[in-house]
Order: sequence, then C-alpha cells, then structure tokens
Amino acid sequence: MSITAEAGRTGVPEEYDHPLLSVRGLSKSFGAVHALSDVDLDIPNGQITALVGDNGAGKSTLIKAVAGIWLPTAGQIYWDGNPVSIRTPKEADNLGIATVYQDLALCDNLDIVQNMFLGHEDLSHRLLDETRMELVAKQTLIDLSVTTVSSVRQPVGSLSGGQRQSVAVAKAVMRDARLVIMDEPTAALGVSQTAQVLDLIKTLGERGIAVIVISHNLNDVFTVADRLAVLYLGRLVSSGPIAEYDTQRAVEIITTGSASGAQPPAPSSGTSTDPEG
Amino acid sequence: MAPPDRSTMSEQPSPPTDIPGTAAAETSSDMPVSLGAVAPELSSSLGEYVRAWAKRIRSGESGVLPVIGGLILLVIIFQAKDSVFLSAGNLVNLLVQGSVFILLGMAEIWVLVLGEIDLSVGYVAGIGGTITAILSTTHNLPWWLAIAGGMLTTAAIGAVWGTLVIRLRLPSFVVTLAGLLGMEGLLLYLVNANGTGGTIRITNSVLFDLANGNMSTVAGWILMVLAVAGFGGVTVLRDRHRRKSGLEAPPLAVTLLKVAVMAAAGIVLVLICNADRGVLVPLEGVPYVVLVVLGFLAVWTFLLGRTRFGRYLYAIGNNAEAARRAGISLGWNRLWAFTLTGLTAGAAGIVYASRLGSISNNIDGGTLVLYAVASAVIGGASLFGGRGKMVYALLGGLVIATIYNGMGLLGLAASYQYMVTALVLLAAVTIDSLARRGRTTTS
Repeated sequence: MSITAEAGRTGVPEEYDHPLLSVRGLSKSFGAVHALSDVDLDIPNGQITALVGDNGAGKSTLIKAVAGIWLPTAGQIYWDGNPVSIRTPKEADNLGIATVYQDLALCDNLDIVQNMFLGHEDLSHRLLDETRMELVAKQTLIDLSVTTVSSVRQPVGSLSGGQRQSVAVAKAVMRDARLVIMDEPTAALGVSQTAQVLDLIKTLGERGIAVIVISHNLNDVFTVADRLAVLYLGRLVSSGPIAEYDTQRAVEIITTGSASGAQPPAPSSGTSTDPEG
Repeated sequence: MAPPDRSTMSEQPSPPTDIPGTAAAETSSDMPVSLGAVAPELSSSLGEYVRAWAKRIRSGESGVLPVIGGLILLVIIFQAKDSVFLSAGNLVNLLVQGSVFILLGMAEIWVLVLGEIDLSVGYVAGIGGTITAILSTTHNLPWWLAIAGGMLTTAAIGAVWGTLVIRLRLPSFVVTLAGLLGMEGLLLYLVNANGTGGTIRITNSVLFDLANGNMSTVAGWILMVLAVAGFGGVTVLRDRHRRKSGLEAPPLAVTLLKVAVMAAAGIVLVLICNADRGVLVPLEGVPYVVLVVLGFLAVWTFLLGRTRFGRYLYAIGNNAEAARRAGISLGWNRLWAFTLTGLTAGAAGIVYASRLGSISNNIDGGTLVLYAVASAVIGGASLFGGRGKMVYALLGGLVIATIYNGMGLLGLAASYQYMVTALVLLAAVTIDSLARRGRTTTS
C-alpha cells in the first residue's frame, strides 16, 4: 500500500501529500465479538468524511479507537503519515483530534466563554483572564460563522440544540483541532437547526480541518460530505468520494454490505476526483 | 463607540427582545443577531441597561431581587409591630446575631455549589468554638493561635468528610449526618472533659471583642470609604480594560450607580453603628464581627468567582462528566470545597462562642445547620448544585436573623419563630422554582 510507504518519510508534513489520518488493518474485538475487522480508511485534510452504517456496524468502535478511548486489538493508525498509538483521550487531544460526542459535555450553568475554555482557562496573575478568553471565544465563533448566539456571556443552558452543537465544535476548533469527530451531530435537531450545524461542518472543511461525521441521515450526508465510508458488520465495505454514490446505492451498501451491479470503489481510492482536493 | 470586532457582526441591528432565555426561543437560527447588546452588562446606555435588566427579571433570571424584596417586607412588618425594631441598638444586635447564620451559610455554599450538602456544620462550628476556647482559656495560648487551632481543626474535619465522600463514594448527606451525631458527641466530650461544669468561658479580651467589641467611629468611616473606593476602583478598571480590549462593558452611569448604591448602604450601616446605642455608658461603633463577615464574603467571593478552582466547582456541580472530560480533577476540587466548608464553619463557631462569651454543651448544632442551609437557599443557592454565590448567604442570613430578632422582639415563642422561618424558606424555594419554570419554558 502506498500509505505505509509514505509513512516511512518522517518530518515531511506536506499538507496534501498524504491523508491526515490513516488507519490500516484496524481490528477491535470484545471477547469473541469482532466489532471491527481489518479496517483501512484514509481521512484527508480539509475534507468531510461521513461514516455511515447500520446499528452495530462498528462506527462508534472506530471513532473510539481514533479518539483514544479503546485501544485497537490489531492494526496501525498513522497521523500525518507517522505511525502513532493513541492510548488515551489526552493523547488524541495532543495530536489535535477532538471528538464531539452526542451529549456534548457542556455545563448548562456556565456561559459560552466559560464552557469553551473549561479545563484550559487563560490566567493572568493566577486569576481568570476573562477579557482575553471572551475575545478568543468571540473570534472563534466569528471565524466559524456562528452568528446566531446573541451573547457569548449567556449560559449554555439557554441555547438551542444547534447553538449548543456549535459551542461544542467551537471549543474543539479553538484548541487547534485538526480532526473533529462528530457523533450524530444533527440527531436531535429540527430543520433549521440542522442546516445551521451542517453549515458549520462545511465551514470546518473550508478552514482545512478534517471532519468525520457519524450520521444516520443520508440527506445530511449528501448535503455536507466530501467522502463516504460505509461500515457493515465491522468491515469497511465501501469508501470514496461522495460523487461516486447516490442515496439508493448508499442505502443498499449500508443494508446489504455490497452494491449490486456497480463495483464498490477500492478502500483507499485516491482523492483526485474530490471536489475539494 | 462600537468595538472594532463588532463591525463584522452588527449588520443586523440586534432587537432588544433578544435576552438570555428568550433568545433561544422559537428557533433563533432563523434570525442572526449580533454578538452583543443583550445581557444587561453589555448595554451601551443606562436606559437600555434598565430595559434589558427588566426583561431578564421577567424571563426568570430574577437574581437576588426577591430576597431583598422579602427582607424589606419583613423589616416593614416588624417595624409596624414594634418601633424598637429599627432602632440603632436593635439593628446592630441583629447584625451580630446574623453574622453566625451568614458565616454558616457561606460554609454551606461551598458544598452546595458542588451539589453536595454538609449537615454537620452546626456541631463542627461548635467544635471550632470549643477548641478555640480550650486553647485560649484552659491553655492560655494567644488569641490568634487559639483561632488558628480552632479553624484548622474544623478544616481537617471537613477534609475527612470530603475524603469519605470522594474515596468511598458515600453520599455526603449520610456522611455528614453521621458527622452531625459524631461531632455532637465529640463536643460534649470536649466540653465536659474540660472540667468547668459544662461551660468553657471566653476570657481573652480579643476573642470576646470579636463579636462584642466595636471599632472606633473614625475607623468605621475610614474602612467604609476604603471598601467602597476599592469596589468602585476595581469595577471601573475592569470595565476600562474590557473596553480597551474591544469588548462591551456596562455604561459608566450604571457603574457609578452601583458604587453610589454601595456607598449609600455603607453610609447607612456606619451611621447606624456609630449612633450611640448605650443605655448607661456610651456604646457606639461598627462591631468587629461585621468586618469579619465582610472579609470572608470578599475573599470567598473572589475565590469562587475569579479563580479556576471556583469555576471548576460550578462545572462539577452542574455536569461532573463534562468537567472530568475537560481534564478537571474532580477529587481534589471537591476535597478543597469540603475543607473550606469546615474552615468557614469553624469561624462561625468562634464568632458564636465569642458572642455568648462561652461555649457550652447545650449548643443546638441541629438548628444551626438548618439555619445554615436555609440561609444559602433563601438567598438563591440551589440544592442541586451548580448555582450559588457567597452573597446569597449574606442576604439569606439577614432574612433569618431578621425573623429571629423580630419575633424575639415581639415576645413570640420559639415555636412561632420556627414556623415562620419554615414558611419563608418554602416561599423562597417556591419563588425560585416558579422563576426557573419560567426560564425553561422560554428556552
């Protein structure tokens, strides 16, 4: 595989030379249950990869392996072309991998600034530097085109679902995440809120941040994703640029593990046909 | 006037209806508004500030207003019933009575913010007073060493409760309920073992003056001016720093108004305390205990509001899992909160002993802890964690002291006093609950 060859070249962080994140032969077993078997997947810089699959297909296991929550049973993860092992969420964080889980992990009683800096507050003379934190938080939200919050000093508990999602993402981006993993970001949202979050995901891609989105909603997937990766019973059965799929074909692969008629693209097909590449 | 970074955001004028709580109502995503001019603190003029403030109150963010309103109501009732109530002598007496409730309430706030409770603060306070009395009276140690000994002991007791809650994952309710009983026993043991007939007198003059002495009238004025100037200076400097950095700050008129209100309150306080309230000999001046309470209020408010530690307590109290994922050490922060509860309770106990001039084995720590929790909750702290400020204990403690004092003045039995306090507590919690329901329905 070309990727493993590239991985040998250390210290060449050419942005588009190799994918930001590659997993090769990744497997994870829980006792006799093989949650993931031999998954190969590339996540390029600045692209939005939708990870789809039926319940129990292994989507959560895959992102938890990347996020440092579960150590894979076998396989290798490459970050920027270099082999890495991500043993704890902290190590994922240090690499620049941020995961936004469905529960968002926000404190409703704290305001937007306080939530975005929680655990990483700026200090001046050992005291909280509110002014600086507010400026940075505001700028981050502006950069992400999050304009619907009326004040960064309002408690997160008073925000709408889409706004809360935006705050959780902004928190990740502000800490220089290069890969943002989002677990069902639109699952609990109404129509306009969903559009708001999808816009935000697109903005992330435009800013060169790689995004992995787990979603059950194929409409959302086709609206926002650059690439699609389909898991079926723990195996990556199909992945490639979104242009190679339509809804019907995607549904077929998700439910049966293969597409009738057309050949599924090779797991590590190039990025040359990508619209954003 | 607009800060530079607002220019990119303020294409749409922000309607003043967008206040926290209602801003999120009816899918706000349809209507982008600017990042500003919404919270009262961020208004640009006095009129706008008042309007935003009124809106916020109507939306359920009433803050401390109901408590202040209730306090004024109580004062009017008691004054109508007995004109002695608003006399200087009685008001100073009320302040001194309230100081114990206020300090105990502040002790309770530390753990309430975490969503925990400490039922032992009454008897832990008693232990603090007892240790100080023993060290000072029985062992003749200097007053400051006696105070340090008492407060360190109660801080250690708080740390033990914290350790049990954190390490063994026991509910704080049960740990401190056991603590209530255990500390009552320890208190009886310590007082009886002293061999002075179930009472230990406070003989040291500094310790006695803590709750019974007054500073000179001039010192009262000087300290009041310093406190108001300090508060005003810090506020003005902070606002200026925000404006310089391109952030919105409250209009100067609002800041000046706040400082003026505080100065007026300070002047009234010092005027009352400096009036001669003596019967046979002149008695005047601000009681030292007022200084003790305000000192704790200032330092604890600072710790809770301006440091990482305080911020983490609010985060843990609301969503411990989010705090854990943010890399916050749940154990250490909770341990410190329990320790500070013990420390503050110790201070309350020393003031209590000082006021009575002695500590005895019939101290009612069970009632004291209920007053402590009631002070915090009447002031506006939540029993479910994540919400509470030190000033809430000040206001709640004053409400309780007012009832205690006023009922005593009217010659009503303790039975009435307990029932009225219960009603006030219920009323406070009801008002808060209704206000909160208003908040949730608008968001």
